[in-house]
Amino acid sequence: MSTTTVAHHEEHAEHPTGIMRWLTTTNHKDIGTMYLTFALIMFFVGGAMILGIRAELFKPGLQLMNPEFFNQLIGVHALIMIFAALMPAATGFANWMIPLQIGAPDMALPRLNNWGFWLLPPSAILLTLPFTLALFGIGDGALATGWTFYPPLSIQGGIGVDFAIFAVHLLGISSVLGSINIIVTVFNMRAPGMTLMKMPMFVWGWLITAFLLIATIPVLAGAVTMLLTDRHFGTHFFDAAGGGDPIMFQHLFWFFGHPEVYILLLPVWGFIPQILETFSRKPMYGYKAQVYSFWAVGALSVVVWAHHFFTSGMPVPALLYFMYSTMAISLPLAVMFFCWIKTMWKGSMSFETPMLFTVGWIILFGIGGLTGLVLADVAADAQYHNSYFIVAHFHYTLFAGGIMGIMAGTYYWLPKMTGHMYNEKLGKLHFWLTAISFNLTFIPQFFLGLAGMPRRIPDYALQFAEFNMISTIAAFTLGLSQLIFVYNIVTCARGGKKATDQVWEGAQGLEWTLPSPPPYHSFTEQPTVK
Amino acid sequence: MASVSESKVLTAKEQLDLKNQRLIRKLLWMLLGSLLFAFALVPIYNVLCTMTGLNGKPQNTATVLAKAKIDGTRWVNVQFTSSVMSGLGWNFYPKTTSIRLHPGQIETVIFVAKNTTNEVVAGQAIPSVTPGIAAANLKKIECFCFVRQSLKPGEEREMPLRFFVSPELPKDVSDMTLSYSFFPAVK
Repeated sequence: MSTTTVAHHEEHAEHPTGIMRWLTTTNHKDIGTMYLTFALIMFFVGGAMILGIRAELFKPGLQLMNPEFFNQLIGVHALIMIFAALMPAATGFANWMIPLQIGAPDMALPRLNNWGFWLLPPSAILLTLPFTLALFGIGDGALATGWTFYPPLSIQGGIGVDFAIFAVHLLGISSVLGSINIIVTVFNMRAPGMTLMKMPMFVWGWLITAFLLIATIPVLAGAVTMLLTDRHFGTHFFDAAGGGDPIMFQHLFWFFGHPEVYILLLPVWGFIPQILETFSRKPMYGYKAQVYSFWAVGALSVVVWAHHFFTSGMPVPALLYFMYSTMAISLPLAVMFFCWIKTMWKGSMSFETPMLFTVGWIILFGIGGLTGLVLADVAADAQYHNSYFIVAHFHYTLFAGGIMGIMAGTYYWLPKMTGHMYNEKLGKLHFWLTAISFNLTFIPQFFLGLAGMPRRIPDYALQFAEFNMISTIAAFTLGLSQLIFVYNIVTCARGGKKATDQVWEGAQGLEWTLPSPPPYHSFTEQPTVK
Repeated sequence: MASVSESKVLTAKEQLDLKNQRLIRKLLWMLLGSLLFAFALVPIYNVLCTMTGLNGKPQNTATVLAKAKIDGTRWVNVQFTSSVMSGLGWNFYPKTTSIRLHPGQIETVIFVAKNTTNEVVAGQAIPSVTPGIAAANLKKIECFCFVRQSLKPGEEREMPLRFFVSPELPKDVSDMTLSYSFFPAVK
């Protein structure tokens, strides 16, 4: 299928223009661009929601919104950031870069690819539509359970829960289609000589992510389907009155939910060593060790889920098992951190924006990982569970570890994608504003959590006021700084200094052998890798 | 020349197509497998929990009373708590909140339920035991939770629970809590 499409394009070099180009395209670069643009837009939608939350938390008491609306914003913020911003951004890079990095002419299944993308906008609409419907008096707004859908609350909730369930179905189908496409591309479309153990780390990260998605997304889809039938069709999977068990939902959800963390992070872990070796001007240290660590994290990620609900009640042997297995994940991660630092060691380093983001990423993601170890401790978790400590922790892993990594990748490959250099001064300003305001937003939240402020509550005790005020001001700075990012991307796409083919002095890999920007159809003759 | 190279390219393409199709088929099987696994987790979870008492679900059928040995060397505190789930307009509470007994000793405690609405309402009590590991050792001879209870408007009912704690109770458990939640009965 794939190759016939490629041949088709070769015969007719012209393709539809205007809106039809984007609706009908099966070109991996076009689809990648659409994924990335969609992710950027949804990043601002989700960001606006959380700024609403932070504004409400600026002062104790209820100022701006009622608690129901507050809860809806929190749940939809998380779902949008995870499923509509971070995952599409990673998939966008996969579409753009995997064929270029392995020397393939396109993705293996281009039409599936188009479908995978066009499932996303409807699901984003499904997620946010209940807000609008509520304005017209239909229903009581979006889902207000938090993104985790825990019953019995989600069984009692309004139509927002149903909308979110169907949105999750669509998003799940989209990411599973993307995964199948990536696995087939990586296994069958590599250039001659590009063995698995020569693949760039980003491709490795995505290969493992794709398998994790195929293994776990159906479990989430199954769990929310059970929720749907509990709500409307008289089943009692999670209803204790009918012999079900609400705790079972937590097991099903987190059997998906924990691997999901690594689904979000593995592609980014692939960016890091590639950017480090470019700007350290020496080959990455411990390629094999990093690949095996990826495998180890992937395998461990599906056997540690219950650490998300230690406090729901478990016998001591189960607590101990989940504690130790969770802590074991830090071992392969320590190997990776070591390799990353060793890659920089004695390199002739320079600090362009991608490198700044990457080095900042290593430090901030390190903090996210270490605070995760604290939470994995059963005894300590009883205090930190559902407090602002956990909120700060997962923002260090998912904002710093996820989104700042995506930003590093964006600055790294943007000249390749657009053919122009971005504004380096603005890029650096963006990094420093982001890094500083991010820390000022979330370090106070660690303190708030330790002091006992619970998450997902719109009001709080007076003694938390100062830290919340700092956090809110910093969050608005963080949000506004991202406008620099958009401005930089847009001006870079429109013009600017021409980028060379290699773009960065130390860049290695097949994508840098192509012109910048690469032609619409690249590697129609597969290169040979020595 | 041109036609030869073209047919050669086509074969390579066809080969790739075949290879892709085989891999896609395998991946779709994996997908189906994970979906089945998701639904299989429901019975697996229930079996695991019944076997191990992981989630504190006590047995909810009558124990046939054998000659239970009373272990006079041990004391166990059993506490009783109650709650009413939303949608059920009842008052519900235990008359005795705590009892001290020997393993094997049979006791009866009374729970009281009152329908405060002006309709006939049926409810179902769902028990839960903490610590979960001790759930299997709480043996009930007679319980209001075995069947649904239907109360007329304003009716108040005293409902007995006859039970004992089996002498196999793990050595380190000296306190246990039996909690009942009254749910609106499922239609």
